[in-house]
Amino acid sequence: MAIPVVYNFRSVKARWTSAIVAVLGIAGTVGVFVAMLSLARGFRATLVSSGSKDNALIVRAGATSEMTSGVSLDEVKVMQDAPGIARAADGPLVSPEAVLMAPIPLRSTGTDANVQLRGVSPNVLEIRKQIKIVQGRMFKPGLAEIVVGKNANVSYSGLALGNTMGLGNNRFQVVGVFDAGGSAFDSEVWADAHLLRSAYNRPDTFFQSVTVHLTSPDALQQVKDALTSDPRLNVDVSREVDYYAKQSTRMTTLITVLGGMVAAVMAIGAVFGALNTMYSAVAERGREIATMRALGFGALAVVLSFLIEAVLISFVGGALGCAAVLPLNGFTTGAMNWQTFSHLAFAFKITPDLLLGGIIFALGMGIAGGLLPAIHAAARPVAAALRSL
Amino acid sequence: MVSVNNNGHSTALIQVRGLNKTYRRGGEEIQVLQGLNLDVDKGDFVAFMGPSGSGKTTLLNLLGGLDVPTAGTISVAGDEITHMSSGKLTEWRARHVGFVFQMYNLIPVLTAYQNVELPLLLTRLSGTERRQHVEAALSIVGLADRTHHFPRQLSGGQEQRVAIARAIVSDPTFLLCDEPTGDLDRKSADEIMALVTELVDKHAKTVLMVTHDPVVATRAQTVLHLEKGVLVEAGKPRQDVAVGGGA
Repeated sequence: MAIPVVYNFRSVKARWTSAIVAVLGIAGTVGVFVAMLSLARGFRATLVSSGSKDNALIVRAGATSEMTSGVSLDEVKVMQDAPGIARAADGPLVSPEAVLMAPIPLRSTGTDANVQLRGVSPNVLEIRKQIKIVQGRMFKPGLAEIVVGKNANVSYSGLALGNTMGLGNNRFQVVGVFDAGGSAFDSEVWADAHLLRSAYNRPDTFFQSVTVHLTSPDALQQVKDALTSDPRLNVDVSREVDYYAKQSTRMTTLITVLGGMVAAVMAIGAVFGALNTMYSAVAERGREIATMRALGFGALAVVLSFLIEAVLISFVGGALGCAAVLPLNGFTTGAMNWQTFSHLAFAFKITPDLLLGGIIFALGMGIAGGLLPAIHAAARPVAAALRSL
Repeated sequence: MVSVNNNGHSTALIQVRGLNKTYRRGGEEIQVLQGLNLDVDKGDFVAFMGPSGSGKTTLLNLLGGLDVPTAGTISVAGDEITHMSSGKLTEWRARHVGFVFQMYNLIPVLTAYQNVELPLLLTRLSGTERRQHVEAALSIVGLADRTHHFPRQLSGGQEQRVAIARAIVSDPTFLLCDEPTGDLDRKSADEIMALVTELVDKHAKTVLMVTHDPVVATRAQTVLHLEKGVLVEAGKPRQDVAVGGGA
């Protein structure tokens, strides 16, 4: 039979000054753990939401990102006729895109950040249907105009609606702000591909990628077969959402590994905090433990009782840590996208499963910190423990 | 009837034969008990007296299954406890022994009711049955109106009463009292001893008690003296000497 749990509740309450050390240690560790994972998750969610399952993204074979890719105008013309690509009244829904980088100062710090410039075709909003102009209008083909993502609009100086911004050797006017649903496009600046390349003296017959709208999500294989088997082309075709998911891998892995290492180091400290709290609990309650053993409670009941107490303390710590970082949910921050070397705004994404993970992590620390003191409490000879009082 | 000379067959409730206990301190062996024989019948009230270090508490610990002897045997109601495993001994204690300690040893974060209920949590009694037993035990010790008080809210005498209620609540085979009045004033000590005597006289409990206090010892039916691990009388070894007593 187990020692009643009320004993543990009241013992923790009675010795809260000692328990608070372990609670705060575990809370801090869980807070960092959840925050780092939510950062990685937010980064991934931002990139993944950039893609659509209705679109395919085409880059040069072997290119790991748009920045290392190159597609010629001749190749684009071949692609436009491939089966599986949707068509509108004025032609195929294909956007050959030029991707460039421009240093623009951040509003928050005044320091330059690399902003991704994307030269797109005028029909891009028909291809990326999730993107909407929320202020102003779309740029007009042939005019030195830009539209900016909503994060770019608020994060960088000079990208307010109506401003004129020097890009390369041309000046572009901000005519619109678009909402890309929190995706990576929200951190970008879009312009007519022809004018943008010209401003940076890039060849007019060369693009970084081509985004095409599929007739249906199932048409991807058809497009892929047609393009990869054509001897005039040397390209990789992937579903847009898969491309962006893959793009997020390096950064999310980096954040997760670094966050994991920080959390692991903190966890060692927290476990020692829990060990200290529980050893002091065992030392202070030697008489109580010996009395219960004398009354007939077994060694296992004592171990379980102290483990329950450690779990109780760690649960409070875990819940406190989760509660402390919860306000970060949705908080937008920025980081370098290591695939494109551009600055990307994204939000912390704290989900119920992350919180559950934080609590489980806390309980793990509690058990790790409570097990040895619990065994020590149970293993102490009863007669000796009673004599030493 | 209490006997210290018997080393053969007996029908006594508690039979101790050739009991030895040796401790090692550094490289030195300290013999605390030396070849003790003792028979205690059901309903006996035995007091052990003797100077510090004479082995009184060690004997009580051995009788209560809290420690194991170096040699010899202890049988209680036919159960030989000296060769039981630690787990079996723990179960045996829960069924057969009620402990009363000098410092009461109540759990400070539990109420009087919860302290008394502790031994019953090791039985198969239902919640209702447990409540009846706890209330009866607290009634016997005169603390029916203190059930929800925490130990810090009780006087020393009341704490010891709660400890006695905890010791008797599961109706154990015998009670072991280690200096039950050692931390009390004379008045409280008298009240506690009146209660213990009542448990023997009215409720037929078997009580083995260690005390330094000769006044307290007079309450017992039999007083045995321990000196250097040997039962003695007036400075003489009491081995092979029968002592009277009994209910």
